[in-house]
Amino acid sequence: MANIRTMSFDAVIVGGGGSGMRAALQLAQSGYKTAVITKVFPTRSHTVSAQGGITCAIASDDPNDQWQWHMYDTIKGSDYIGDQEAIEYMCQTGPEAIFELEHMGLPFSRTEKGRIYQRPFGGQSKDFGKGGQAARTCAAADRTGHALLHTLYQGNLKNETTFLNEWFAVDIVKNADNAVVGVIAINIETGETVYVKSKATVFATGGAGRIYASTTNAHICTGDGIGMSLRAGFPVQDIEMWQFHPTGIHGAGTLVTEGCRGEGGYLVNKDGERFMERYAPNAKDLAGRDVVARSMVLEILEGRGCGPDGDHVYLKLDHLGEETLNAKLPGILELSRTFAHADPVKEPIPVVPTCHYMMGGIPTNVDGQALTIDKDGNDQVIEGFYACGEAACVSVHGANRLGGNSLLDLVVFGRASGMFIEKQLREGIKLKDASEADIEAAMAGLNRLNASSDGEKASDLRAELQTIMQNYFGVFRSGEYMKEGIKKLAELRPRIENVALDDKSNAFNTSRIEALELQNLLEVAEATAITAEARTESRGAHARDDFKERDDENWLCHSVFFPAEKQVGKRGVNFTPKTREAFEPKIRTY
Amino acid sequence: MLNVSIYRYNPEVDSEPYMQDFEVDTQGKDIMVLDVLEKLKADDPTLVFRRSCREGVCGSDGMNISGKNGLACVTPLSEAVVKNKLVIRPLPGLPVIRDLVIDMSQFYAQYEKIQPYMINNSPAPAIERLQSPEERAKLDGLYECILCACCSTACPSFWWNPDKFIGPSGLLQAYRFLADSRDTATEERLANLDDPFSVFRCHGIMNCVQVCPKGLNPTKAIGHIRNMLINSAT
Repeated sequence: MANIRTMSFDAVIVGGGGSGMRAALQLAQSGYKTAVITKVFPTRSHTVSAQGGITCAIASDDPNDQWQWHMYDTIKGSDYIGDQEAIEYMCQTGPEAIFELEHMGLPFSRTEKGRIYQRPFGGQSKDFGKGGQAARTCAAADRTGHALLHTLYQGNLKNETTFLNEWFAVDIVKNADNAVVGVIAINIETGETVYVKSKATVFATGGAGRIYASTTNAHICTGDGIGMSLRAGFPVQDIEMWQFHPTGIHGAGTLVTEGCRGEGGYLVNKDGERFMERYAPNAKDLAGRDVVARSMVLEILEGRGCGPDGDHVYLKLDHLGEETLNAKLPGILELSRTFAHADPVKEPIPVVPTCHYMMGGIPTNVDGQALTIDKDGNDQVIEGFYACGEAACVSVHGANRLGGNSLLDLVVFGRASGMFIEKQLREGIKLKDASEADIEAAMAGLNRLNASSDGEKASDLRAELQTIMQNYFGVFRSGEYMKEGIKKLAELRPRIENVALDDKSNAFNTSRIEALELQNLLEVAEATAITAEARTESRGAHARDDFKERDDENWLCHSVFFPAEKQVGKRGVNFTPKTREAFEPKIRTY
Repeated sequence: MLNVSIYRYNPEVDSEPYMQDFEVDTQGKDIMVLDVLEKLKADDPTLVFRRSCREGVCGSDGMNISGKNGLACVTPLSEAVVKNKLVIRPLPGLPVIRDLVIDMSQFYAQYEKIQPYMINNSPAPAIERLQSPEERAKLDGLYECILCACCSTACPSFWWNPDKFIGPSGLLQAYRFLADSRDTATEERLANLDDPFSVFRCHGIMNCVQVCPKGLNPTKAIGHIRNMLINSAT
């Protein structure tokens, strides 16, 4: 018997970061009974760590800026597997979404004219790549994510959104029609397990950078939504595409914004050479992140790395002067002094490519509806199920995300999901209730964990998983290595499924949560590994030693990983934007 | 080996809290206090604390470290260890849920009381509301608050009246909106603060300034609010 309490809502959003709170705001304003389930207090979500800004053609820095130029950059950045209709929607709707945030109080930095300050970021151009570097990233100093997340939380307080803070969603509840009708969730403080029933369930659960040993991501980025979705039998898309940010602080992994290079900073090797001039003669340090990260690794592999072990390079900022650094990059000064013991005013920051962002995720359409693929290869909407933000793959980032596009993705598609669900609720959503057996099925994993008596420690297993991913699925990949990695993950699966839970208490039991998170990490890692091995080409962030070229004939498509069969399928990329002709794939140079 | 003494309390098994001693091998490195806690949790999974970003921007891991409130993730041992001993307690003054995890409801309630959101009922323009760099500069030192509660739980006035005194964090945010050229609710905001407790329980002890991990100055903000209240009364 599923002897647990049920709470009912019109819409439930899992995740209290940028996209979740933007979706929640839309729904709270509509008057529908909405709840946000979030495993940390909302302002502790990982959006808070975003630094450099939110890219959008608001025509402040350049009054002639056009959203179509932003669209072109994003498609090129994606290495042509970003969906053009979704990218068009994001770039065109972006300004409206940004101005809404400003009206809500987001403390953007300003220009002399009083408009929002925009800085240059990687991969940005004017006039479809022909007009030189653009400055399109709207910034609140180097704390844009913090400013955005707090503003959204404040907006939700104003609109009286219901927050289930420090609640953890465990698994999806499906009805007899395979539709999603809510989640099983734990109140972390009391340990109570509840069936949270909903007509619309939105996954805004963020990324999963913690599958890697070295990541800019917070401890909480464990891919919970992806794990739940895969366990429910739903597919994920382009999950092999992981962004390694060029500038994580060596050793600590903490992020140093691309805005540093936007403001004029640059990378040097041990000879003091500005090496990006060799790899990307035009854009130099502001080439795509995948390009810069690979160049750095090559410098290190070829013996031009810095430090006693030659295992990093330097980011030079001192030439910008103390005043500029204090005004534009105050948070970076703080982070570098704390974690690198280097004062950027006087000395360079030791940096190394570090896992940063999951381009893949739950496939959705522009309205946030989660998709699966039927036997004939057609998209099929999963009733009751939606996703937005990093957890979703709508897909606006394709094989490589441009800096500043993730915050835009969050607000544009959080908003779009909210608006679409509001419309659906108005028209009436009718889903069959879950049966006792359906709820039991969703409880199975948790019940098994709670009964666990032996097994290995979560911390050891997690470290092992992270090392496998780091060693076999990093910046450069090869088939033979990846096959070995897949084998190691397969061996790890039964051990992780049998993880020990020594602490059985109900009061704020973080061991239980960490064990559940570990199981989610495993799902993401396995999907990443199998899909990465299957994509036999190099594209965007996916760089293979054994298949060095992009293969448009076979792989100008999304990968789709089906968890039941552990098989990889293909799905077409959208090349039909609504307002203009498509951008055709070209050789990608910077 | 580093000696670490940690406040422990699990309401399901302990009748009262106690201090538990551990030894940790830090290999002589100047790691962060959070790293020490993570090492300990690997061996004793029952040890409970909050953490998220591990870089000082999310505000999860505020705790009392060798007598001073701070964030575990950005406090190196070199700043916290005295005579090879590290003492970790929960933030003081609020109820403990378990170990280092406190119940922050009262802290959040004070934040909500100050209406922490932009109020401007004039029709919004088609673009952003304009604001000069000078006007925007007035928000520096205010908007960066991460709601970690290190300041409010270091404040004796907040310990005495957590239900009636807004506390340094909430007041810093109150002034963040009072100082914003785009906000039009100054009178309403001041009226809400104009009682003997909300603002005036601050006695300028300045513990808040001393502990703020972001280097913010709530006492100064409170001074500005006092001046605004006094000026609006005359």
